[in-house]
Parts: sequence; structure tokens; C-alpha cells
Amino acid sequence: MIKKRFILNFPPDSGDKPFSYHLVKDYDIRINILKAEVYPGKRGSLLLELQGKKDNIEKGVEYLNKQNIICESLDKRIHFKEEKCIDCGNCTAVCFAGSLTMNRDSWKLEFDKEKCVVCELCIPACPLHLFEIDFR
Amino acid sequence: MQKTKTYEEINLKLKSGKAVILTAEEVAKMALECSPEDILEKVDVVTTATFGAMCSSGAIINFGHASPPIRMEKIRLNGVPCYEGLAAVDSYIGATACDPDNPSYGGAHVIQDLLEGKDVLLEAWGKGTDCYPRKHIRTKINISTINEFTLFNPRNAYQNYNVAVNSTKKMIHTYMGTLLPNLRNATYSTSGELSPLLNDPGFRTIGLGTRIFLGGTQGFVVWPGTQFNTSKPKNEYGIPVSNSATIAVMGNLKEMSPEYLQAAYYDKYGVSLFVGIGIPIPILDVEMARRVSVNNSQIETSVLDYGTEGTPKLGQVTYSELQSGTIKIGGQKIRTAPVSSLSKARKIAGELKKWLQNGDFEITKPVQMFPKNTSLKSLKETEADND
Repeated sequence: MIKKRFILNFPPDSGDKPFSYHLVKDYDIRINILKAEVYPGKRGSLLLELQGKKDNIEKGVEYLNKQNIICESLDKRIHFKEEKCIDCGNCTAVCFAGSLTMNRDSWKLEFDKEKCVVCELCIPACPLHLFEIDFR
Repeated sequence: MQKTKTYEEINLKLKSGKAVILTAEEVAKMALECSPEDILEKVDVVTTATFGAMCSSGAIINFGHASPPIRMEKIRLNGVPCYEGLAAVDSYIGATACDPDNPSYGGAHVIQDLLEGKDVLLEAWGKGTDCYPRKHIRTKINISTINEFTLFNPRNAYQNYNVAVNSTKKMIHTYMGTLLPNLRNATYSTSGELSPLLNDPGFRTIGLGTRIFLGGTQGFVVWPGTQFNTSKPKNEYGIPVSNSATIAVMGNLKEMSPEYLQAAYYDKYGVSLFVGIGIPIPILDVEMARRVSVNNSQIETSVLDYGTEGTPKLGQVTYSELQSGTIKIGGQKIRTAPVSSLSKARKIAGELKKWLQNGDFEITKPVQMFPKNTSLKSLKETEADND
């Protein structure tokens, strides 16, 4: 069993397909919806946590792609210019998901992308503007 | 046993490579087992450091004269307004200055761009005089085309700083970072037991002329910082429990490194500059040994509500509590986050230690000590229809 977060982007005409039913029924995947934005007639974006057998999740993702839904792992959609980070801690102040934390020995920033809920508060909170999240 | 040491004695030891230098964190740990008398005997210099956003910072620039010359009476660097009231081609660019139409790029960014060797667009206007006939100039400059490039920060390295929280229902954006509603986070700024002015709270060794680490090179304390306040309440260890004294510092930007100066933009607040400062504290006597022994559990600071007018105090906590990740205010557990970089501060304290060990850095006796009994005035308003 693995647990992994994905960002899904839907084309305008895919809104009526019961894809989550198929993920559960056909691939035995547990779904946790963490964030959803739907712009009717335009597009929709979802942050999902998928839990299940590794190959089932792979097959599920393949199924989604066939439905014209873009499905990419969350960590590929988070862009963080780590080499420029000064470890000030400002982003950890707003990260209530516990994805961005300070290591309390080294006082360096630690970023566990799998805990990110795409609240996007870190984007303006970073005084060096090192975060970008490609959700929409 | 030797009861006191002089600056000269310590400098001789530094030169011969025999001095013992510890960082303030190392000495705080040592002090858990050693008496101040032991520390005086064993340690000669303690290095302290901080790397935080310090808004009251800026740079003096001399552009050099063009031909024909211009008396620059309005100056922009990459669109950022600079001070124009200093002769013909002198200017001062404040870290927080910006063009209101482009608020995320400010003076601090111009300073950083120059420091990194980038070209910056200078545009200036003058009315034209007999001796300065030119009325306009537009040209690129960089760190090697300008004459003096001097960091001059009127207020840096605060001796302690408040913890910021927000009790209101709305998220607020401050220089202490983004404060979540309903006391959902708390931010703090100093490096605690490593912080320079917390290791010499009585300014016995830090004064006018003190040589320091500034932005990666040697700089100096040149004056008490603005809002220099020595009358804030102190705790039993003689440490003020809120922001109190400050220092003005100066140094040659041409020798500095972008590693220790960093421009910052706080959303819905503005621009600031992270400044790396390290101060060596000579252990002259038992009292200084006691001072540098202070640890995070003995340094306290005030928790202020930045969401409420007048920033009322909600509590008092230690840096041990702050660094643990949570504090308790009125029974409520609040998650803490730093907004200044302790890892960078440690790097600076380590770097300064190396300079001292290598005999590259002489400690200086201040040429004048700072005032003892200062307090602050607030701005009185005289006009009735003022708002």
C-alpha cells in the first residue's frame, strides 16, 4: 500500500464522468479530496490523495489520462527554488499542514511535499518568492 | 587567577593564535557546567550573530560625474527613488524605498543587484545650472562603475524583539510575516542566545567604533541605532523583555557578499533587507563572562497582538519555548515560527570565529560608549484636522 498526492486538471467537458467511482470500484483506491476548484464550462482542478496498491494506483492514473484528465503527482507541480532559501522560517509560520517545518537542530527548512494541501499561503509568505505551485 | 583581561592582551593572543574563541551558543552550553570565573579563564572572545530583515538599512552611492555634469535633483535606480538632497552625484538608497507602481522591487533589491554585479539603470534629472548644465541622464551603472558604495544602516540588530500574534478573525500581513487569525501562529525574530546585543545587554564592549562582521566583510558600529531605548523593563538576568537598544552600522558594500545580504519583499507590507551581522564580545571580566553565559531559557520576550491597535501584550515567553515550536498564551497552545535565519546566524558566528582564530580580525575598544538612560518619544500631533 502506498499513499500519494496528485493534482488533476479536467478539460471543460469532463465534469459529468464518475471517475472517482471507477477509481474506487475498478482499482480499489481510497480517495481523499483535499482541494477542489471547479470553473463551470472552463476547467476544474483537484488535489487528491490516492491510497492503494502501487500498481493499482499506476493503472488508475493511466485510466484518468485516458479520460483526458491530466493527472500528475503533486511534487512535480510544486516548484521551490531551494538553493536560494535562507531558512528564515516565514513559510513555516503559515503552513498549517505541517509540510514546511524548521529542523529544530540545524534550523534549516524541511519540505515534505506529500503533506502539502495546496493552500498556497507559502507563495506570498516567502519574502524571497521561492515557491510556485501549478494547480490550476 | 587573572581577574580581568584588556583588549590589548586579547589582541596579542589573537595574533599569536592562542586565543580561545567560542560562539555564544557554545559558551551558553559550557556555562551549564562552568562558573563565570572558569569562563573568564578559559575563553577570550565570544562570537554572536544575527541574520534578520532590518528595514532601516540602505546604501550611500557616489555615481561619479558625467560630462557634461548634472546636479542630480531627482534620481531613480531601476525605477526606485533615491535620496536627491546630497550634492550633485551622491545619493542614499533606502532598503524600503520603492516605486508604488512596482512595490515588490525596492531599494534592497537594487542594492542586491549591484552587489551581484548586475547592471542597474540610473536615471536622473536636474534643473541645469551654470556649473551643472545638464538636465537629464539615463545610463547603466554597476558595482565597478560607481565610486563609493557604502552600507549605512541607521537601525539594525535589535536588542530583543517582540513575538507577533493576531487575535482577530482576519489574516494580517506584517513585517513579522503572515499572521493567521485566532492566534493560530506566533512569529519571533531574534537569534536568542546567539543574538549580539543580548550577550552584552549593558553595552560594556559594544560602542562607537566596534569592529564587526557586516554582510560578509569587516564593518563598524558607528552610532547608537535610532530608537535606541535603554529604559525597557528587564528581567532578573538584566535582559530587556521587549525590543530596546539598536546599533547603526557601516561597511564597504564593495567587499560584501550576497550570501550575507538578501533583499526581501513581504506581501502587502513592503521591501526589506536581510542583514548578516556578527559581533565579537571580549571576555574582559567575570561580569562579561556571566553576560555571555546567558541561555535561551533565561531570555524572555513579550508576545504582542499585532491585530489590535496599540499592540497589547498578551504574555511573556522564553526563547527556549519559542524554539520548541509552541508557546502557551492564556491557556492556548500556539505554533511558533522564526522569521530570521538561525542557521545563517550560526554560519556568521562560525565565520567570525574563523577570522578571529586566523588573526584576521582585531577586536576594538569602543572610542565612545553609548548613552545609558534613553527612552523614546512618540510623535505628538498638533493639528486638529489630522488623520
